Amino acid sequence: MAPLLQSSQPWVEKYRPRRVKDVAHQDEVVRVLTNTLETTNCPHMLFYGPPGTGKTTTALAIAHQLYGPELYKSRVLELNASDDRGINVVRTKIKNFAAVAVGSGQQGGYPCPPYKIIILDEADSMTEDAQASSLPFSDHLVVNSNALRRTMETYSKVTRFFFVCNYISRIIEPLASRCAKFRFKPLSEDIMSTRIVHICKEEGLNLDSEALSTLSSISQGDLRRAITFLQGAARLFGSSISSKDLISVSGVIPHEVVQALLAACKSGSFDSANKEINNAIAEGYPASQVLSQLFDMIVESDDFSDEQKARICRKLGESDKCLVDGADEYLQLLDACSSMMKAFCNMPEGYSNDI
Amino acid sequence: MLWVDKYRPKTLDKVLVHDDVAQNLKKLVTEQDCPHLLFYGPPGSGKKTLIMALLRQMFGPGAEKVKVENKNWKVDAGSRTIELELTTLSSTHHVELNPSDAGFQDRYIVQEIIKEMAKNRPIDTKGKKGFKVLVLNEVDKLSREAQHSLRRTMEKYSASCRLILCCNSSSKVTEAVRSRCLNMRINAPKEDQIVKVLEFIGKKEGLQLPPGFAARIAEKSGRSLRRAILSFETCRVQQYPFTNNQVISPMDWEEYISEIASDIMKEQSPKRLFQVRGKLYELLVNCIPPEVVLKRLLYELLKKLDSELKHEVCHWAAYYEHRMRLGQKAIFHIEAFVAKFMSIYKGFLIATFG
Ligand SMILES: Nc1ncnc2c1ncn2[C@@H]1O[C@H](COP(=O)(O)OP(=O)(O)OP(=O)(O)O)[C@@H](O)[C@H]1O
Ligand SMILES: Nc1ncnc2c1ncn2[C@@H]1O[C@H](COP(=O)(O)OP(=O)(O)OP(=O)(O)O)[C@@H](O)[C@H]1O
Ligand SMILES: [Mg+2]
Ligand SMILES: [Mg+2]
Repeated sequence: MAPLLQSSQPWVEKYRPRRVKDVAHQDEVVRVLTNTLETTNCPHMLFYGPPGTGKTTTALAIAHQLYGPELYKSRVLELNASDDRGINVVRTKIKNFAAVAVGSGQQGGYPCPPYKIIILDEADSMTEDAQASSLPFSDHLVVNSNALRRTMETYSKVTRFFFVCNYISRIIEPLASRCAKFRFKPLSEDIMSTRIVHICKEEGLNLDSEALSTLSSISQGDLRRAITFLQGAARLFGSSISSKDLISVSGVIPHEVVQALLAACKSGSFDSANKEINNAIAEGYPASQVLSQLFDMIVESDDFSDEQKARICRKLGESDKCLVDGADEYLQLLDACSSMMKAFCNMPEGYSNDI
Repeated sequence: MLWVDKYRPKTLDKVLVHDDVAQNLKKLVTEQDCPHLLFYGPPGSGKKTLIMALLRQMFGPGAEKVKVENKNWKVDAGSRTIELELTTLSSTHHVELNPSDAGFQDRYIVQEIIKEMAKNRPIDTKGKKGFKVLVLNEVDKLSREAQHSLRRTMEKYSASCRLILCCNSSSKVTEAVRSRCLNMRINAPKEDQIVKVLEFIGKKEGLQLPPGFAARIAEKSGRSLRRAILSFETCRVQQYPFTNNQVISPMDWEEYISEIASDIMKEQSPKRLFQVRGKLYELLVNCIPPEVVLKRLLYELLKKLDSELKHEVCHWAAYYEHRMRLGQKAIFHIEAFVAKFMSIYKGFLIATFG
């Protein structure tokens, strides 16, 4: 097999930190794990937070730093949503993995603690039953039978779990309560900028300060996104990148488009609002993005009363939820805008469900 | 060959619309490290055309030598074995598939088949690129689980495999998947751009176009290039030489829905509801997607209604379409919308005319 070309990796992978201490902005977890590297003490861990904030990066980095390349394969089991994680599969895989005993003591300069690590990435997409099936391995107390208990006890001594997810609310309580929990915060604009400046230096790019702050703000704390935008812009516009270039690759909807839609709603004409919505859909603007930009404009505007704002925001929230359920983009936008128009005219809200 | 296929531009330099996107795509793949891409935009806007031309740009004419296969897989899902069947379109450099065709089992396609494909290095290691490409269509129709299953695969095997995802509504693609791609918005061509394409085809076919003829077709296309080219060809079959007052006929199913709209405006009764049910079934049996039926019906009704009713009717259309997503049988929800409409409209008539 030909060696993998390092250069054929997208930048997000190329610039994935390999060491825990290089993970930006997540100081608390970095501190705890740095300590782990010294003492080899490690509780079960639960990482949660929005996309692109370093959760997977951190879990992989600590595992690599603890065992080094030689032992990594035999000591670390990574199960993510791309694996079948039905109850039986989880149970069997974990059991087989945990059953093989490990030696202890330093090897090749790595701490190599006497336990194995199981990373359950994207754990919030596992069913509750499947989550529960990993429980006996993390805690022997749940098992009643004595014989079984002994095996379980051994397992719990020799395994550490890293649960990784976006939404902690989707993790069953018995799992969550057994872990040290760390929230991964969206990256602040400062930290994001520092990281981006670093990449720009490596790649020989020029970003003025306006472009830099635009990039940080449009990525909304998601560093993976920022890096992807940066790479896109670099390929399209060369090594000098402006704020405008970044906006054009980011999919942010031009202000005028949302402005026109809002103006049509304010005008009170259903047909003109309908026309603007048809236009937004034909232009391919994601409805969820239209809603979110409308939301910002409504909240910041001085033209509406608090009550009007509250009514509209509630409706925008409902429409957003419907979109997440897979509802049609055009219909949801139309309904949301119709409600907005009614709120602007202080017409009563809602419709009777009676036939 | 239909004109839509015959006149599909093959290279990024030959496209008649979206030439800005095409030029950008060219630059994007000059290096080896291009990120994953997500193409989104309305039906018939030219996504597929750009993707095919992009593959050719990456891999040369070899990317066009595709074979279509019906493949079967057996997937071991713990206690049982699941059999999956899927059509793939592949060259030595890429594989194209439509994972949502597997319905509620789509997650197995992603977990077993796509992961396997992504893991393996390209068949042709001598090729110009160190990676192969997987084109996944209709990713907005993938279940949540299936979308989640894509996430780590997109990261782990990104050195040996690039994903090109394609869909209509990007709102239905989860944030986590979108965050892993460079997003390419492909808007529906404007009417004048459509006219340009039609005139180009007309010239190639050696046809005389009366002034304003192409513009009329473009206007009726709802900004779908595919639809415009199809109805252009239909006109050619129906009557040539073209005349200025030649009818550009709507699709059969659209006429049918327009009839339904008239039916329920004329009479609101259980008997009428029952008659309409037959027509709705007819549409669904002919594979018109239920949300398309509902949207078209709304469109027809809005044309006929007083302004004050429009708000309420559009609300219920959105309401029942959402319920349709959560439920299983589309007909219930379309019919519920029709019944609701009848009730509102009858109430309105009584209030206005007594
Ligand atoms: N805190 C961080 N410090 C440095 N780089 C980061 C950080 N967070 C994200 N990145 C960059 O973004 C990429 C994606 O990060 P990572 O895979 O850790 O995200 P995640 O939190 O697991 O997201 P998801 O919830 O979508 O899986 C990394 O390859 C890295 O380039
Ligand atoms: N850039 C272009 N220049 C000229 N003709 C084009 C271009 N793009 C598309 N077409 C024509 O429009 C037709 C429809 O385009 P295409 O199949 O790419 O749409 P699509 O966006 O994939 O639609 P859908 O979402 O419905 O699958 C093509 O068959 C081709 O004839
Ligand atoms: Mg992750
Ligand atoms: Mg297509």
